[in-house]
Amino acid sequence: MTDTIRSHGAPARGPSAAAAVTTGSANALMRLTDPPMRAVQRLIGASRMPYVFLLPNLVFFGLFVFLPIGINIVFSVTGGTALFPSERPYVGAEHYARLLDCGSYLEAASCREDLFWRGVGNTLTFTVFQMVAMVLFSLVTALVLNRPIRGRGFFRAVYFFPVLLSPVVVALIWKWILQRDGLLNAVLTTAGGEKILFFVDPGWAMFWAVFVSVWAHMGFYTLILLAGLQAIPRDVYEAAEMDGTRPWRVFHRITLPLLWPNLLVVLVLVLIRSVQVFDEVFVLTGGGPGTATMMVVQYIYTTAFANQVQNFGLAGAASVLLGAVLFVLTLIQLFLTRRRAS
Amino acid sequence: MTGKLRHLLLARRGGASWHWTDVASYAYLALGVLLMFGPVLWLALSSFKTPAALLEFPPSLLPMAQSEVSVPGYPQPLPLFRVTMEDGSVRELAQVRRVGIIAQMVDPAAPGQTIRVPADRRTPVRHMALAVENYTDPLTQFDFLRFLRNSLVVTVVATIITLVINSMAAYALSVYEFRGKSLAMLGVIGTLMIPITIVLAPVYLVVTKLGFVDSLWAVILPGAATPTGVFLLRQYMLTIPRDLIEAARMDKASEWRIYARIVMPLSMPALAVLAIFSVMWRWNEFLWPLAVLTKTEVHTLPIALNAFQGELQTQWHYLLAMTVVTLLPVALVFAFLQRFITSGIANTGMK
Repeated sequence: MTDTIRSHGAPARGPSAAAAVTTGSANALMRLTDPPMRAVQRLIGASRMPYVFLLPNLVFFGLFVFLPIGINIVFSVTGGTALFPSERPYVGAEHYARLLDCGSYLEAASCREDLFWRGVGNTLTFTVFQMVAMVLFSLVTALVLNRPIRGRGFFRAVYFFPVLLSPVVVALIWKWILQRDGLLNAVLTTAGGEKILFFVDPGWAMFWAVFVSVWAHMGFYTLILLAGLQAIPRDVYEAAEMDGTRPWRVFHRITLPLLWPNLLVVLVLVLIRSVQVFDEVFVLTGGGPGTATMMVVQYIYTTAFANQVQNFGLAGAASVLLGAVLFVLTLIQLFLTRRRAS
Repeated sequence: MTGKLRHLLLARRGGASWHWTDVASYAYLALGVLLMFGPVLWLALSSFKTPAALLEFPPSLLPMAQSEVSVPGYPQPLPLFRVTMEDGSVRELAQVRRVGIIAQMVDPAAPGQTIRVPADRRTPVRHMALAVENYTDPLTQFDFLRFLRNSLVVTVVATIITLVINSMAAYALSVYEFRGKSLAMLGVIGTLMIPITIVLAPVYLVVTKLGFVDSLWAVILPGAATPTGVFLLRQYMLTIPRDLIEAARMDKASEWRIYARIVMPLSMPALAVLAIFSVMWRWNEFLWPLAVLTKTEVHTLPIALNAFQGELQTQWHYLLAMTVVTLLPVALVFAFLQRFITSGIANTGMK
């Protein structure tokens, strides 16, 4: 969703065959839309036309982004089960107090809203492991793909294609492999091991949640890192080779520092996405066993929509807290992108 | 000949000799192919198995079914087994019935005589069989076509709206200088930070107020204006020569005509990238539809799949086939536009 390497320039201009095909309907559309738009221009003047062009997009942003932020804050300080703010009694910071009321922040069970803190804890665990694994694997893959290998396009596609898959599809593919009588357990028993109930053991469930997310998204980060690697000038390496520099030193002293800006962006992007993780994990484990893989977003979703009593106030307060975290992270990301672009 | 083949298989780019790092690289890539493609291949193979074959453990690699033969004198086709006889010879026999550990069998060639065989001396004769009904049944038994249609409608309509309003906004932000431009840019950047994840309930309220609950519009509209799209298109439109636009103005073309007739056609490559992104986003979208689409009639494919897998007795044979159908359009788009998509993402850093 975010723009990181815009600075590399816009996509190449290709032949616009699609344009030729659509010419007929475009003509008809033009005849239909031009007269009213011309009238509007005559009415307000050409210098005010940009506002007309901006309007539809801004209406959507207003209705579905900015207005909801305001409503969310209202939700978070009002109580009851009503959806419309006017029917909700003001409760002040009660929801925030409830969320933050903890005996010890390190012990979810000591909190009044223990599910929220379990979600926070799980999300933190998930984020840490996911960041390490994601950066490690996408870096190694990018380094390998950057070598002079045959069929690079094919291998790049192999690592990339899961990025396009629906999270539900990804989760179901792995659920099928990991189920009790699934492929992995068949391999394990054939190798002389015991069947493992992966979704009954909290540790395994978290492991597979991280694994499946890395499987699904590493292609995207590999692509970003590969673009960064290919932007490193060849002659730097040639000079190092002439000096007889050892490969590890080349990596340590040339590749890593020159790739560092891209790596940093990848780190922050992974962080932003991990904090919001929901789809794959929810379909894969359902948050279970128990609450072992329940993430913050699942807590918000369940509190607002899936519970018997829909508690928009509590969900709203949790959203505001999550939003604050994301806000800070995105600012960091924008700052890093800016700095790299300049 | 073999020398040539050896050369083809073993030669490296640049003609240098093999180093252990090359071996390691190819080993890593081979493992990658197995890990990335394997699961999808396994899904596809499994989706053609009968429910009985899916219950087998350990599972067979290919979709197999037990062979059957029609034997004169028996109304039903009989399952075929390979039996090791007392004398060590192996015969193919059809099983009439099984009583305890003894199976009563007949030779299809000589159906008159019943042969009694210990049950553990026989193994089923199997052949490859594709359970196509896994695909056809959901079409007739459940509303699978409706979910498919819903997903298509959402994807197509939302993508068209996104392309139109995003390109209009991008045009305004790239071609004009006007008061409030930087504020508008700031607004677009601001929306980058607000994923729908954190405004679920309020957007639900807005959608309710607009009267869109349990209609496909509830999924189409909220995500239609994308900050990503505005950025992507604006970046591209900035590269369009200003002279073209000035020349059109000289010819008394309206601003709308300049947008629709000059800037839009010239932005085709960027529009195509955004269209692909939008199709991906919409076809795969999950959390928001899950929250807002409560009625089954308006479920999109991912929501229907999720509901289906959550049922008490998951019917994996149908679920796997429907997962393949959900995956197929994306796989096809990828197969044809792979280079385009990867270069689009590498150039923009977005997805």
